[in-house]
Amino acid sequence: MERPLTHNIVPGKPPLSLAEYEKSGGYQAARKALTSMSPKEITEMVKASNLRGRGGAGFPTAQKWSFVPMGADAPQPKYLVVNADEMEPGAFKDRLLLEGDPHQLIEGVMISAFAIESEIAYIFLRKTYTLAARRILTAIAEAYEKGYLGKNIFGSGVNLSLHLHESAGRYICGEETALLNALEGKRAVPRNKPPFPPVVGLWGKPTVTNNVETICNIPHIIANGAAWFRALSRVPDGGTKIYGVSGKVQRPGAWELPLGTTIREIIEEHAGGMKEGLQLRAVLPGGASTDLLTADHLDVKMDFNSMQAADSRLGTGTMVAIDDRTCIVGLVLNIMRFFAQESCGWCTPCREGLPWAAKLLAAIEEGHGLPEDIERLELLTRLLSPGHTFCALAPGAMEPLQSALKYFEDDFHRHIKERRCPWK
Amino acid sequence: MLTFEEKKEIEALLPNYPTRQAAGIDALVILQRHRGWISDETLGQAAEFLRMTPAELDSVATFYNLIFRKPVGRHVILVCDSVSCWVMGGDTILDYLKSHLGIGFGETTPDGRFTLLPHVCLGACDKAPVMMIDDDLHVELDPETSPDRIDQLLSLYP
Ligand SMILES: Cc1cc2nc3c(=O)[nH]c(=O)nc-3n(C[C@H](O)[C@H](O)[C@H](O)COP(=O)(O)O)c2cc1C
Ligand code: SF4
Ligand code: FES
Repeated sequence: MERPLTHNIVPGKPPLSLAEYEKSGGYQAARKALTSMSPKEITEMVKASNLRGRGGAGFPTAQKWSFVPMGADAPQPKYLVVNADEMEPGAFKDRLLLEGDPHQLIEGVMISAFAIESEIAYIFLRKTYTLAARRILTAIAEAYEKGYLGKNIFGSGVNLSLHLHESAGRYICGEETALLNALEGKRAVPRNKPPFPPVVGLWGKPTVTNNVETICNIPHIIANGAAWFRALSRVPDGGTKIYGVSGKVQRPGAWELPLGTTIREIIEEHAGGMKEGLQLRAVLPGGASTDLLTADHLDVKMDFNSMQAADSRLGTGTMVAIDDRTCIVGLVLNIMRFFAQESCGWCTPCREGLPWAAKLLAAIEEGHGLPEDIERLELLTRLLSPGHTFCALAPGAMEPLQSALKYFEDDFHRHIKERRCPWK
Repeated sequence: MLTFEEKKEIEALLPNYPTRQAAGIDALVILQRHRGWISDETLGQAAEFLRMTPAELDSVATFYNLIFRKPVGRHVILVCDSVSCWVMGGDTILDYLKSHLGIGFGETTPDGRFTLLPHVCLGACDKAPVMMIDDDLHVELDPETSPDRIDQLLSLYP
């Protein structure tokens, strides 16, 4: 089984230096792209690969790039931003790529920036990824020294400067338009859309934001072709996916597997199943903003369309396996408190609604909830559904709650009737 | 006044951006590294250097969880309070740290050594429960064996 994204990554070992990365075939794709392909040819190839963004929403990457105005009349500078904020609870996949193979990311940035004719790129990194920051800075310095960043790269006439921007810890900065405000040094609340960032982004200029894992796929598509990339996957969307499992399983961890691997295979084969004596009861499939699934969904494939058909989302692809001794109400309360804290406060339904939801959940969990609290929670899931708030944070916060009410409503009733948490 | 060293570090980052304002977060982080936290005075000095109003810069500073607008101890402990750590018994770690250090969240030990802050998912959920002390990640804090392990870790930060 091919593992293009992680084949250079050895757990516990430092990442490859530039020289070592080149020896293992690195920077060949960037050389090919910059010296023998046009931006249009690159975008066409990425389009044919059926790569969809790995940042959560699954937007087709080439389509996003194709919104950017191109040619001599296009506004300049244009920007490419790598979203390495990764602050969603339960998500830990980008860390692996950032710490494990920073040159792969830089090579991906080189090709992607060229594809949109951008000469300035930023890596937007969360502050607590301190090891990743050190390794990326080292790799960037090596790349400048070798002439792979800077002016006239590979003698192609292409220029690129790449900067690491370390954030200071706020989940909303991962949202594409809030991230732009953060980079501009403003309070990082989301922006109105339209205009969309590929047309009007950083400092009013065309800007593409892509997730770390998305960008890391690009060199492999260029090196091996679109058909090869599509064949890595078990579904029509191309590529592998870094899946992860946390929770009370035998071997928590992350693995690069074909896109479309089933939940069962990931949990049972790769994570080794649940710990002795525990039963799997629910799965939070792709981070804290995805709908819970149950033990009945184990054969669902973890890809964008299959997860949507199961009324959930692939999200980050890193799941939490929830055992039968963990209280679902307590779990949803933990998640809701996170979202209430991280709401940027810009729009009223989210700023007021999330703390209210957290308060209702806390009352139920602590044994003084009322039967009508369940209706109130249901009402909130509708009031904060997509289209009712300024950005996707609040609807995301509702996903674990609405699915918990759908699959585990009895747990809520038991808390209220017994006036305590039956799992404590 | 900003020191020579502080200015030099901030100025090194200015060319990364088309505006001075964009270096605001970098400047705050640099000053916090030198001074421990961002006092009103520091904020004013940074704003002046970036040619912003203090209110503009404060609207950025107060937005972030890791820009400290109040004094903190010599070492800051960030304990993950998010979902995977919670499932793995992270509450025990949070409670132990509180009682062991004798402080609540957001507080600093009387000797000025540690500040204790709960923090969102640290992106190491497969090694839960986890915490960071300053820039170092500490993983697999098994709730059953944690007291010894945590005491030992804390002793590394005098
Ligand atoms: C509240 C919120 C937080 C987000 N955080 C991240 C993040 O940390 N990393 C990320 O890549 N995308 C995050 N996203 C998604 C981004 O807005 C954006 O869709 C993504 O970076 C695009 O990359 P892609 O097209 O490569 O998937 C977040 C979205 C929302 C609404
Ligand atoms: S939905 Fe929440 S996070 Fe998004 S803009 Fe409104 S208040 Fe801010
Ligand atoms: S939930 Fe604690 S590290 Fe992710």
